[in-house]
Amino acid sequence: MFSVHKQGDVTIIELEGSIDGKTAPQIREDIRPALDETQKAVLDLTKVVYLSSAGLRLLLLVYREFTARNGKLVLAGVSPDIQAVMSHTGFITFFTLVADKERALEAIGGPAK
Amino acid sequence: MTESRIDYYPTHEHSGFKYRRGHTLPFGAHIVSSGVNFSVFSSSATSCTLVLFRKHEAEPVVEIEFPQEFRIGDVYSMIVFDLETEELEYGYRFDGPWNPASGLRFDRNKVVCDPYAKVIGGRDIWREAPDWNHAHQHRGRLAFDDFDWEYDRPLEVPTEDLVLYEAHVRGFTADPSSGVSAPGTFAGLREKIPYLKELGINAIELLPIFEFDEWENSRKHPETGEWLLNYWGYSTLGFFAPKAGYAATGRFGMQVDELKTLVKELHKAGIEVILDVVFNHTAEGDHRGPTISFRGIDDRTYYILTPEGYYYNFSGCGNTLNCNHPVVRNMVLDCLRYWAAEYHIDGFRFDLASILGRDQNGAPLSNPPLLESLAYDPVLSKCKLIAEAWDAGGLYQVGSFPAYGRWAEWNGKYRDSARKFLKGEPGLVGEISTRIQGSPDLYYYRGPQASVNFITCHDGFTLRDLFSYNNKHNEANGENNNDGGNDNESWNCGWEGETDDPGVNQMRRRLAKNAICLLMLSRGIPMLLMGDEIGHTQSGNNNAYCHDDELGWLDWSGVSKNREMLRFTAGMIHFRREHPVLRGRKFFEHRDTAGSGFPDISFHGTHAWQPDFSGGSRCIAFRLDGAHAKAPDQSIYVAMNMFWDGLPCSLPGPGEGKVWKVVVNTSMPGPDDFYSAADAPVLHDQHNVIVGPRSILVLIADQK
Repeated sequence: MFSVHKQGDVTIIELEGSIDGKTAPQIREDIRPALDETQKAVLDLTKVVYLSSAGLRLLLLVYREFTARNGKLVLAGVSPDIQAVMSHTGFITFFTLVADKERALEAIGGPAK
Repeated sequence: MTESRIDYYPTHEHSGFKYRRGHTLPFGAHIVSSGVNFSVFSSSATSCTLVLFRKHEAEPVVEIEFPQEFRIGDVYSMIVFDLETEELEYGYRFDGPWNPASGLRFDRNKVVCDPYAKVIGGRDIWREAPDWNHAHQHRGRLAFDDFDWEYDRPLEVPTEDLVLYEAHVRGFTADPSSGVSAPGTFAGLREKIPYLKELGINAIELLPIFEFDEWENSRKHPETGEWLLNYWGYSTLGFFAPKAGYAATGRFGMQVDELKTLVKELHKAGIEVILDVVFNHTAEGDHRGPTISFRGIDDRTYYILTPEGYYYNFSGCGNTLNCNHPVVRNMVLDCLRYWAAEYHIDGFRFDLASILGRDQNGAPLSNPPLLESLAYDPVLSKCKLIAEAWDAGGLYQVGSFPAYGRWAEWNGKYRDSARKFLKGEPGLVGEISTRIQGSPDLYYYRGPQASVNFITCHDGFTLRDLFSYNNKHNEANGENNNDGGNDNESWNCGWEGETDDPGVNQMRRRLAKNAICLLMLSRGIPMLLMGDEIGHTQSGNNNAYCHDDELGWLDWSGVSKNREMLRFTAGMIHFRREHPVLRGRKFFEHRDTAGSGFPDISFHGTHAWQPDFSGGSRCIAFRLDGAHAKAPDQSIYVAMNMFWDGLPCSLPGPGEGKVWKVVVNTSMPGPDDFYSAADAPVLHDQHNVIVGPRSILVLIADQK
């Protein structure tokens, strides 16, 4: 489950539910078009209840692809539990994490006014 | 182009699962394009069936018998397509004869675990009570091998520059006093890296971290009702899988990433990671033990068996892994290469390593192929290889372990003579002067870096207990105090156990400082036991293998309670690391090869240049000449007086234009027991000193 909306030149993608080995490949296909046409993106994980190892790998892959073409991507609304897992497994060091959508817009340079 | 390869398409189907013949090597289960490659060996099975489960579920999802054409030699392999890799667990059923006398114990009713499983499910959360009715307790899972190491690789610190710290992953931070967010885990240890850095060590040696079952042989203490567990973990279930219960993320199956992150962060702090590996036996025990893996796959290949088909017990743990069988030897090699390459492990310490030098009948080999292979292996060429050079079957090879120029040893003789010397036994001066030099009597052809010097380790008393107890107190182990060694060479300083007597406590502190001092000034590789720097006690227990409780956990309140000991220990470690004269690669030549006017090492007594090696002597001094160090360094004078009275000592010269300054005087209470280089006071009388009772004095030659 996901939804996409734009705020200025920033694409905000809200993900929902579980991101695991089963859902990750589909999610990647689903969000690819939205990411392909922007340089600034926020992945909002506020409604993600479970993020497995494969889920973390999906995020890292997306992040790597995006930043490789000089895009800016931040993660917002990562729950404390998921943050702890990301921290213990070292994944957290690769991402920019912010508390919520508003902070994400600040961190990324905000929508062009 | 990859989609056009024909081997990416299935040829067979069973209950909706599509598969084809697989790749014979490497062994184990590996994620390949659009499927998983399974490969497993058995020399005597008549057939093999792959059993796939959904994670945690009791009943298999599917069982696929390997078609005979999928077997090449003794290896069964197949690729199964479209598996949900994260949710998958697997095992094998082997069919074949049941004839224990011939080493054949096939039982197709049992699902056995892959010896090459990279992750093993079943004990995901430490101490969570298992469902004993579950038929398949330990099952293989898949590991991702895409960890991002960035610029990391093993550190390759020169061996003679190491300062080792032996630690138990869980015991290090399990106690609430550790204050970490994930107590008792790899992540918890990672939070304590700043502490280790401040202490000054540059290598951590972890007690076993391969998957084991903490519930193995578990029992309740008959009187206290406390659970006694397989806490240390010297009993391996699978040689390729990290202990899930040691990972805060084990419940999510992410122990591989968590451990790799720990290694990466330790490396960033300049700390090497050495694993204590147990290849002498497995968790399957003797003929009464469970069939978990090896026994049900190829009993006579994996174990050393008696002519009647029983298990030789050179390990003291029920069975003996058949390490010099070519197949098992390859497994050990594959395993260590995997840990070195995939986990960036810097070195290995081999538990009861002498077993690795026994042949397939148990007889010691003069040129053991496994030890030789490890020494010359291209992947392991920069790894530290450290042997515990004895076994429970009576082989004691300290000084004679087959080394091939590579192997170092836990120097048990260093421990024994250091303990006797420190508690004031006479007649030790000659021996201790040899130990200080890196034990050339044992390692003349190998160099001092072959000697891992230690006074305490997980096996035996902690340093605090060494000087608080004359006898072991293992009642809490529930074996009537019969377990654990009796030759502790310990001394209680006048009172058995804890006391309020300030005199006794002061003496204990001083002896503990002497021990740290001796260790840090000796040539070779010093090894500290976790917690000795903050006065960790096991209440006189010298065999705490089963205590997942306060006895086995480090009490971090020691950091404030024993600040003096911590400061002293850290000071000594840093002193060693700052002075190359203490860390030579070669043995001393006892002559002046640098033209400084002094030999590289000289021995002294109460009179300079006149050491007293007689039987009643308890005092020895030595001078290390800085001009002979591997990098330019200052000269150091050390006087060790283990006599119960102070002794006057006349001093050798500090060298032209230099004065002696005081770095260490263990007869003084802190903070005057240790001075950093900047604060070291000039010695008042440059020719004579009084070395206090049972004390060590260290001087350094500095510019006037």
